[in-house]
Amino acid sequence: MTELFEARGITKRFGGLTAVHRVDFALSAGIASIIGPNGAGKTTLFNVFTGLYPPEEGAVAFRGQPLAGLRPDQITALGICRTFQNIRLFGNMTAIENVLVGMHARIRLRLWDVLARGAGFAGAEGRLWTRAAELLDRVGLRPAANEVARNLPYGDQRRLEIARALASEPALLLLDEPTAGMTQHESAMLMVLLRRLVGELGLAILLIEHNMRVVMEVSDRVTVLDHGEKIAEGPPPAVQADPRVIEAYLGRGWAERARSQRADGR
Amino acid sequence: MILRALGPVAAVAASSAAVAVFPRSVLAFLAFQGALLFVYLARVPGWLRAGLLGLALLVLMPLIGSVNGYYLEVATQVGIFVALALGLNIVVGLAGLLDLGYVAFFAVGAYAWAIVGSPHGDVVFGGGFPLAPEWFYVFLLVGLAAAAVTGVLLGLPVLRLRGDYLAIVTLGFGEVIRVLANNLDKPINLTNGPRGITPISRPPAPLGLPYSEYFYFLVLLIVVVVVLVNRRLEDSHIGRAWEAIREDELAAQAMGVPLVRMKLLAFACGASFAGVMGVVFSAKQVFINPESFTFLESIGVLAMVILGGMGSIPGAVVGATVVTVLNLQVLKGLSLWLNELKNAGVVVLGYNLANLPTQLEPAKYERMVFGAILVLMMIFRPQGILPARRRQRELG
Repeated sequence: MTELFEARGITKRFGGLTAVHRVDFALSAGIASIIGPNGAGKTTLFNVFTGLYPPEEGAVAFRGQPLAGLRPDQITALGICRTFQNIRLFGNMTAIENVLVGMHARIRLRLWDVLARGAGFAGAEGRLWTRAAELLDRVGLRPAANEVARNLPYGDQRRLEIARALASEPALLLLDEPTAGMTQHESAMLMVLLRRLVGELGLAILLIEHNMRVVMEVSDRVTVLDHGEKIAEGPPPAVQADPRVIEAYLGRGWAERARSQRADGR
Repeated sequence: MILRALGPVAAVAASSAAVAVFPRSVLAFLAFQGALLFVYLARVPGWLRAGLLGLALLVLMPLIGSVNGYYLEVATQVGIFVALALGLNIVVGLAGLLDLGYVAFFAVGAYAWAIVGSPHGDVVFGGGFPLAPEWFYVFLLVGLAAAAVTGVLLGLPVLRLRGDYLAIVTLGFGEVIRVLANNLDKPINLTNGPRGITPISRPPAPLGLPYSEYFYFLVLLIVVVVVLVNRRLEDSHIGRAWEAIREDELAAQAMGVPLVRMKLLAFACGASFAGVMGVVFSAKQVFINPESFTFLESIGVLAMVILGGMGSIPGAVVGATVVTVLNLQVLKGLSLWLNELKNAGVVVLGYNLANLPTQLEPAKYERMVFGAILVLMMIFRPQGILPARRRQRELG
């Protein structure tokens, strides 16, 4: 069976710097996380997955279809959508308008429909607004629908980005540090939301996250990047105990201590 | 309620009466225009607002024109620039693509009709020109299409550019079109060069209307259509996609907005309005030459959009009106008045104005006053006169 999403041997260089080196990654269902120290190449990998950067080597496929040469908007139309690490909302538009923009790839109206305002137009536009309101409801932002995005609190902006991404009806959702800047309570709520999305909509979710509590709690599988290379992959407890992961995060001393502890059988 | 409605009605009635009594007073006409803005902004029911504006534009304005024909000319010019400002508003205000060569599309429309609607067509295509005046109506659409195609042709190579770079290239494009118009009198004489093209046919006016009134109504009709099209585009996924591109191009694309297609659409839509008005302009003026399509005209239209409020339809209308009336009436009136003072030898602070050197003639201040107004606007109200307001929706 082919995976929903599959990347093979992805290499991305910026000049002399190899940001990502021969990374394989596959995901079919559930929640996977990518972790790693700053500069490990996590966001670069996201940008390759969503078509913002063409990789130097390797190939990405979605539902068995290769994504090479497709533009980001075409990839979104296929069913992959994302949020950004440094929030990139449409600041001067309202929350609900942001969500409506996210639906663009699913709107079948043509220029002529817009100009002629035929019988179907008002109904179609009305359904878009209803759906956008539902999506805001899902992330708990319904009361802020008419607020200008730039005026929303930080945590709300992050959730609005998720609602905007959901509007494109993705099968795979990529979230780049969704809990950054959120309070502990907010991130706990977000985890509940992500679980619900997986359960109710059958979404596959890929997270980049620095909050280890969140990562270990919510992920079915964790991938660790360091200096652009994949150094570990597996269920959260296994990754947590992996000496190479500990080394990447805490340095060699800690890794050796962990190794000897394991050898002692604790 | 009735009291509230009284204000706008009285304003329109009083100001049009003032124009009737003082047909030569610029102030009276300005009051009339102010009354229209007042009606638009007043908190009155929609039918009353529409009724008053309709009455003022369809009945009172032509009547005023019969008292003082120049006012009708001013109103027609205002209408032409309103359409231009609304077109540029799509490109600059909504999609955020700074276009400094917008008047080129106006030129494309104007030359489209000028060449086939004048004896000059014989020089270009052999015999059979000018075309029958009825063709004018067909050429409203031809001018629209020609300008839209030109917009796409300009759009294609500059799609990768943003901000300042885009502005420079579009500025160059505007100049290219003007220089082409100036020099395409050889090897084939397409534009007749700097001498321009004349006489350009006018369409047959229905009901024996005088041409000044006919063009006024035609321009008004086109402006109404343009406003309608603008509003429909703005309140749709197309308008939202344009705004998203303006706010954050990369995020817009990541959310599924096809950048190339939407940007080209913005260029084409904006250009098409200018194209239509170009056709009307050439017929109205009977004579066109490249001097009508200078860089300064592009800047003027941009000033209207910025002054009115970027991305705002009422803003573009008000901005176009203010700038046009300022240019045609207020600044001219001001320099006439100062000239009178000078000729009368009025003494200000012990200085006899009659001794003013010719370099300081008031007529030469016009552009400076205009510049000063723009600077003051940017300091005190940078968002424009009627800035775009986010639509608030009741959600079911």
